Amino acid sequence: MAHEAVEHNQVLASDWGGGRSPFGVGWPKLMMWVFLVSDTLTFAGLLAGYGALRLSLGRWPAQAEIFDLYLVGAMTFILICSSATMAVAVSAARRGDRGRVIPFLLLTALGGLLFLTGQAYEWTKFIHEGARLSGNPWGVPQFSATFFIITGFHGGHVSVGVLYLLATALRWGLRRIQPESVEIAGLYWHFVDLVWVFIFTLLYLI
Amino acid sequence: MEHSTDRLERAAHPEGYRIYGVVWFWLLVITLLELGIVLVHVPRALLIGSLLILALMKAALIIAYFMHLRYEKLSLVYAVVTPMFFLAIVLFAFIGPDALSVFYRR
Repeated sequence: MAHEAVEHNQVLASDWGGGRSPFGVGWPKLMMWVFLVSDTLTFAGLLAGYGALRLSLGRWPAQAEIFDLYLVGAMTFILICSSATMAVAVSAARRGDRGRVIPFLLLTALGGLLFLTGQAYEWTKFIHEGARLSGNPWGVPQFSATFFIITGFHGGHVSVGVLYLLATALRWGLRRIQPESVEIAGLYWHFVDLVWVFIFTLLYLI
Repeated sequence: MEHSTDRLERAAHPEGYRIYGVVWFWLLVITLLELGIVLVHVPRALLIGSLLILALMKAALIIAYFMHLRYEKLSLVYAVVTPMFFLAIVLFAFIGPDALSVFYRR
């Protein structure tokens, strides 16, 4: 019996014994990571579907001539900058540099809004040229369908992210949240940037 | 526990805000490289290969430094990174043959 009790205590004392945090992060942050992994699956599914369609069709419009690469490059630039300002906001919150958090959160949200403006302009132009979900003048209906679905899904994430950032800034100003909450918002925002890296490469460049 | 969070806090900020500036700079450099490769004409296979490598480099920078994963406990790193390998294998194994079979039929 005594032996069993010792073993039981050893289990409890281990990292995975319960009552501890085996991942070394708080519960909310761990759940955001779990969500991001599952959201990765969503985008991976969309991008894999796009790749399979494009490969199996064998023909695809010359998208470098259809898209405005300078506009997309500028949007990418803005999103990277907003990710950097977000990193500064998170770091400031964690080190107790309180005054710097809200300005950098707002800068980040502004970056997101600029990105969305660029995307709205791009979509408008694309639609004026005749692109629809169901077809387009370039002869491959899947081309505009995958474009609208994938960039739309990403744009939805950016829109939600801007609201999330504004809510975080407001709640930080009211002193309702801990630095960890800013960090979690940061994880989400960086993820949006991360997904754009792949969309930018696969949809626009390749 | 006290001790380990303390260690994480310190490890997370080795050089203040500077590291974010450095990562930001390299992300921009890689983006410009990507655009440059597209604008000069290189063979298709080389184009796709180099663009994918550059994209993975950007992703690694964002995950490691902006998302702080480099400074997290290894158990969290494995929990996040290993599913990606399985994901890649599953996608290639199940979708790849279907997509590529067209090459043999054409």
